[in-house]
Amino acid sequence: MASKSGIVSRLKRRKIQEVLGAGNRMDGRALDEYREITLKTGPMEKTSGSAEVTIGKSRVLVGVKVQIGSPFEDTPEKGVLMCNAEFTPIAHPTFEPGRPGENSIELARVVDRGLRSAEILDFGKLSLIDGSAVYMVFVDIYVLSYDGNLFDAAALAAIAALKTAKRPVHTVKAGVITLTKKTQALKILRSPLAVTLAKIGDTFMVDPTADEEEVLDARLTVAFDEDGNICTIQKGGSDGITTEELHKALELAQVKAAELRKHL
Amino acid sequence: MSKAKITTKKKTTTKKTKEKTRFDGRKANELRPLKIESSVLPNADGSAYIEMGRNKILVGVFGPREMHPRRFAKPNEATLRCRYHMSPFSVDPRRSPAPSRRDTEIGMVMNWAIEPAVFLEKYPRSVIDVYAEVLEADGGTRTACINAATVALVDAGIPMRDLVSSCAAGVIDGQIVLDLGDYEDKEGEADVPVAYLPKLGKITLLQMDGILPIKVFTDCVDLAIDGCLQINEIQREALKKKYGISEEAEE
Repeated sequence: MASKSGIVSRLKRRKIQEVLGAGNRMDGRALDEYREITLKTGPMEKTSGSAEVTIGKSRVLVGVKVQIGSPFEDTPEKGVLMCNAEFTPIAHPTFEPGRPGENSIELARVVDRGLRSAEILDFGKLSLIDGSAVYMVFVDIYVLSYDGNLFDAAALAAIAALKTAKRPVHTVKAGVITLTKKTQALKILRSPLAVTLAKIGDTFMVDPTADEEEVLDARLTVAFDEDGNICTIQKGGSDGITTEELHKALELAQVKAAELRKHL
Repeated sequence: MSKAKITTKKKTTTKKTKEKTRFDGRKANELRPLKIESSVLPNADGSAYIEMGRNKILVGVFGPREMHPRRFAKPNEATLRCRYHMSPFSVDPRRSPAPSRRDTEIGMVMNWAIEPAVFLEKYPRSVIDVYAEVLEADGGTRTACINAATVALVDAGIPMRDLVSSCAAGVIDGQIVLDLGDYEDKEGEADVPVAYLPKLGKITLLQMDGILPIKVFTDCVDLAIDGCLQINEIQREALKKKYGISEEAEE
């Protein structure tokens, strides 16, 4: 993404701030208004579960695969959850092919933390042979189009894909693992959803576009579970926020998370 | 997917091909269901989505744009740069998102398949990036990528000599068949992917896996070209739809 110090960015910022001064946004939305959201589950047949979310022109596809692998040494009797994000070069002219950049790693880690902290799965039940074979749940976030707010889109797509995912069922007899024809739902216990706020000047707004993200001073992503508890927080951007701003932001994010939940 | 399932399908293949139909009920010279849509990505200069059988592929075209690093720019023409990439969830088992040697080779042969159709000399020193993202793979992804990339290039407004169409033919149980799906690809004796420029009469992609006598091989190529011509019509339809040209309006 282009740097904030560029001339185009400075002009963009001036214009966005000017409009914000009158309480408006460039696309005519209210400060607490999301763009149109769509959610489609199951578009990919070769996955255990999948979901595609669009928020405005941002589009994220999540594929969940469940397969057998080795557990981590420190948790030999527990299944494994892995989150990975790819920014495909078709998503935006500035996205280049190659190794994952810091933005895609941050996206994967924030979604991962939300799922992990909310304890979405009983990992103890995902072990086949303690210490050597457990179910591994791969959550692959594939960004197909970028126009801001990938966090909220990815978190929504990830939990929607997990909730509809069906894993293979294996039997273990005398240390031999056999695949059965059965599948069973992953029992998803909690559903964390992320809400991202951008701060430009002194104004906070939800669901920032790519232009708003390019010029923002600070960013706050908060994930909530269905009881309104916070599961994860990520503050980004190079400006700070005051405690009063934080309180207000959390209040707004909580309301918005409840609204987002209607899409699940 | 389960191993048990694969075995059952294989049995069906063997049994059914003797009756001259294939495991998915197709005739030997029949394409899989094919759907192409253009202008599907808001941030790309041109784009296309293709479903060829169970293949699901998105292609985005960016450019002509400035070449980075600059020393790779050609003084007399544009550089076409195709990249083939598969999503981690496109196949079973999950694959690593890091580009494989296979991905690199397919990107290269896509370049060779498409380049002859593009007026590269119109845009010296620039680059045209063609990014193919395979969301779901079902055999014949390289041919599907070429078909979608062609439509995406036209969608980007890049002048072309011809529409490149691509399709594979192969041999299963001694029978020559068109447009092999994943199971056929793995179980068959040979697979011959072809890309063809109908107006120029040129083959621009030609590969083969397996063992075939010359006569059978050339028959495969002929059948694949037949498939390419059918696909060419579908590509044209996808583009006509984009420009709002209906069949009647043309007549």
